[in-house]
Amino acid sequence: MSEFLQFLFSGLTVGAVYAMVALGFTIIYNASEVINFAQGEFVMIGGMSSVFLLSAGVPLPLAMLAAVVIAVGIGLALHALAIEPARGASVVTLIIITIGASILLRGLAQVVFDRQFHSLPAFSGDVPITIAGAALLPQTLWVLGGALVIVLALGWFFTRTLTGKAVMATAHNRLAAQLVGVNVRFVLMLSFGLSAGIGAIAGVLVTPITLTSYDVGTMLALKGFAAAILGGLGSAAGAVLGGLLVGIAEAMGAGYVSSEYKDAIAFVIILLVLFFLPRGLLGGKAAERV
Amino acid sequence: MDKMRFKPMLCSRLTLACAALATAIAAGGGAADAQEPIRIGSFLSVTGPASFLGDPEQKTLEMYVEELNAAGGVIGRPLELIVYDDGGDANAARTFATRLIDDDEVDLIIGGSTTGATMAVVPLAEEAEIPFISLAGAVVIIDPVKAWVFKTPHTDRMACEKIFEDMVANGISTIAMIAGTGGFGTSMREQCLDAADAYEITIVADETYGPRDSDMTPQLTNIRNTEGVEAVLNAGFGQGPAIVTRNFAQLGIDVPLYQSHGVASASYIELAGDAAEGVRLPASALLVAEDLPEDDPQREVVVSYKQAFEERWDQPVSTFGGHAYDALFIAVDAIERAGTTDPAAVRDAIEQTSGFMGTAGEVNFSPDDHLGLDLTAFRMLEIRDGTWTIVE
Amino acid sequence: MRVPLPSDDWIADPRRGGLALLALVLVVLPIFLPNRFYYDVAIHAGLAAIAVVGLNLLIGYAGQISLGHAGFFGLGAYGSAVLTGTHGWPPLLALLASALVVAVLAFLVGRPILRLRGHYLAMATLGMGLLIFMVITNERTVTGGPDGMAVPALDIFGFSLSGRNKQAWYALVALCLLLAVWLALNLIDSPVGRALRALHGSEVAARVGGVDVAEYKLIIFVISAVYASVAGSLSAHYGGFITPDAVGFLHSIELVTMVVLGGMASTYGAVVGAAVLVALPQFLTAFHDYEQVMLGAILIVCMIFLRRGLLPSAIDLIRARRP
Repeated sequence: MSEFLQFLFSGLTVGAVYAMVALGFTIIYNASEVINFAQGEFVMIGGMSSVFLLSAGVPLPLAMLAAVVIAVGIGLALHALAIEPARGASVVTLIIITIGASILLRGLAQVVFDRQFHSLPAFSGDVPITIAGAALLPQTLWVLGGALVIVLALGWFFTRTLTGKAVMATAHNRLAAQLVGVNVRFVLMLSFGLSAGIGAIAGVLVTPITLTSYDVGTMLALKGFAAAILGGLGSAAGAVLGGLLVGIAEAMGAGYVSSEYKDAIAFVIILLVLFFLPRGLLGGKAAERV
Repeated sequence: MDKMRFKPMLCSRLTLACAALATAIAAGGGAADAQEPIRIGSFLSVTGPASFLGDPEQKTLEMYVEELNAAGGVIGRPLELIVYDDGGDANAARTFATRLIDDDEVDLIIGGSTTGATMAVVPLAEEAEIPFISLAGAVVIIDPVKAWVFKTPHTDRMACEKIFEDMVANGISTIAMIAGTGGFGTSMREQCLDAADAYEITIVADETYGPRDSDMTPQLTNIRNTEGVEAVLNAGFGQGPAIVTRNFAQLGIDVPLYQSHGVASASYIELAGDAAEGVRLPASALLVAEDLPEDDPQREVVVSYKQAFEERWDQPVSTFGGHAYDALFIAVDAIERAGTTDPAAVRDAIEQTSGFMGTAGEVNFSPDDHLGLDLTAFRMLEIRDGTWTIVE
Repeated sequence: MRVPLPSDDWIADPRRGGLALLALVLVVLPIFLPNRFYYDVAIHAGLAAIAVVGLNLLIGYAGQISLGHAGFFGLGAYGSAVLTGTHGWPPLLALLASALVVAVLAFLVGRPILRLRGHYLAMATLGMGLLIFMVITNERTVTGGPDGMAVPALDIFGFSLSGRNKQAWYALVALCLLLAVWLALNLIDSPVGRALRALHGSEVAARVGGVDVAEYKLIIFVISAVYASVAGSLSAHYGGFITPDAVGFLHSIELVTMVVLGGMASTYGAVVGAAVLVALPQFLTAFHDYEQVMLGAILIVCMIFLRRGLLPSAIDLIRARRP
């Protein structure tokens, strides 16, 4: 029992990270149908900026806040400089642009920051909490709590505010949204800012556990994309569910089956789910276009 | 200053230095300028998953080539360093090596941060008959011996043996292994599995983790639940071992943890934090430079390299940069003895290197030993109070 | 060098005119290759182009994305490496056997995978590629693991072709590329190709028009996998050493980027895309620490201003200039 619980804690910790990356994918996808391959770089920017601001003498809370602001700025810049000028281009073309942006941001990070690994101090210390024989780090609670707050806040934003509703309208039918006066361009800009912010918050929260470096983004984007697909593209709840499931599958795979093939186990599960539910677990919206 | 000749590409982050160099080149006119430079070619994993190897290696080479040039070059000729970033990809490494050999026409090659990149280039160096000193770990590079290929770091086999020696001395005979699935971890894991018998050590648990994994508690839980484990050995480099160390503490596993020489840099202690207390690992003397006794023959070399590196780059020294230091000075020493850059003469001179004191220890090459290091060059270190301590 | 402007009939009949022009470029190019390094880059570009021409059939014509093609490339490469190196098979036989295995595999996984659409298909192919990558990395006794394995020289009918023999390899790769392009153009012009184009336009319309959509998608998927496999086999023999990097996710992304950069649904565009993306990093070394920044920036700028891809956009520009 204690080992099962331990694996579950591990899965939830890692899964919460994937979930937040997946949320970022979902938001941009809903506004544009584009899979933003630079999503993982926002997580990196959040983590690395906090590390460097902290070492420059900025107090931790302020450094983290600034890191999120920086990431949002970069997200907005990405939209203004790379996505907006390519308006009207095919979705695949836009995806390649985000791949270019991911390479560019990684390249910039190694010049502006460095190529070393870095860590942040845990917010509430390193003393593990023992629950039924399984050890849980306090930081994991921060990560899970952070993910929960983001999900709730997004839920409120998309259903209770006019701007949020405009985003949802755009996601459902772009043309119709435009016709009823939604500024689609603004919605897209907002999505990039929002998604960059969420990525950066994830980066700030997880760096004390997972460490960070200029190139952590690639793997996170890969896993986050897998999570978003598993949950069903376009569904925020699906993204979170997918993220946690991928994380738990990896942990259980490593614990019970084989640590060498734990990633393979996660991907086999995703493939199987897709064969039976071609739009993921909670994906209702059709994704016909490529 | 007028002897400094650099390709502009080397002026990396300091634009100011670039301008200064350009002026120096333009001013020119020194005697050595008329001389054909000695071209040292290098391909390193400056970016990519092995960047924490390639990054200090590149910085070390840049720094010392500058210094050698400022001191008048080698055999009266300036050095020209050409570095390409292979990103850890063997395919890219091979193309860059072809470029070094056929386009840049270098006199010798230092490089290959990873075993894969090195092995991809070995046939090229052998065919072109150019001396090639590798900075990668695995034993396959020099076993069997290849005429033109040398290497400076200790092999992973030696790390296993050093660790097993220490375990035996502490009465440990049943251990668990956890290794990264990257090239380094995989190769070392195999060497350790292979070497264990000779030390009568039984490996009862054998786990792995991916190069980008951020939580190893499931694997360590399995190790904790395995009967009879007296110590845990972690083979790997990068951020993985730091996370293993933290998870190890998180789970409260109370047997000794051994790390490999792959974590031999101060950033490991920084990343692992308090959890690193009591961790043991084999490493070269570089990490404990200032703690070496005054009469230690290695002291002078490691202290001066450590100070120079940390002063210049403002980051803690690692043994990886030390491998590049050793390679560069073995090459310089050989060229000086040969008095020429004729590849065959330089190769012979490298092979005759004896009593060379580098950061990894005393190097004695011979026709059937292109590594030239023995176990004595490895020191067993323990982390106490957040710093390295020699245990012997 | 001034390239003669392609005439409209050339565009109308790419099979004759275009192929002749490509052949001409491939014949003339060595004059501008001063040493073996430049040959090396050209050979790498050619090998990548073979895989990309195949992938373009799938992406550009059938409208199906694959983020797992490096898996097929890698299976070809490792198939050849293991069969010739470990088991002593003749290279040509090993190449064909690997291609056959890849074809069968693509056929088997293609059926369920190709039912998926858009990003879900991308994910499924990505997962498939990653599974192949993990097997190759983990099965060390067969593949040498992450440190890779050596591959014997290509030996055709008793004539050994070492990777160091750049001219001979250039000639071989050039011929293979011409063959690959010719086959692709024929395929596009065949009933299968016409059905495919209908499919790209609207799958529903194609289905209503009596096209067996699933069947055609599967055929193209298998063919493009075989292209990748053959390119992988050749590239393993050429390099003489192979590591799992060739099988990885990033390589898959690179192949897709080549297709889109060159111009989707343009076979010659695929060749251009491969050549540019292989050669570019060699020029960018001049930027040292800023290599990646430049690569990313160039990619973004190209896709913004030449959004249909380098070749189609260039042809548009040329056409627009002329009355």
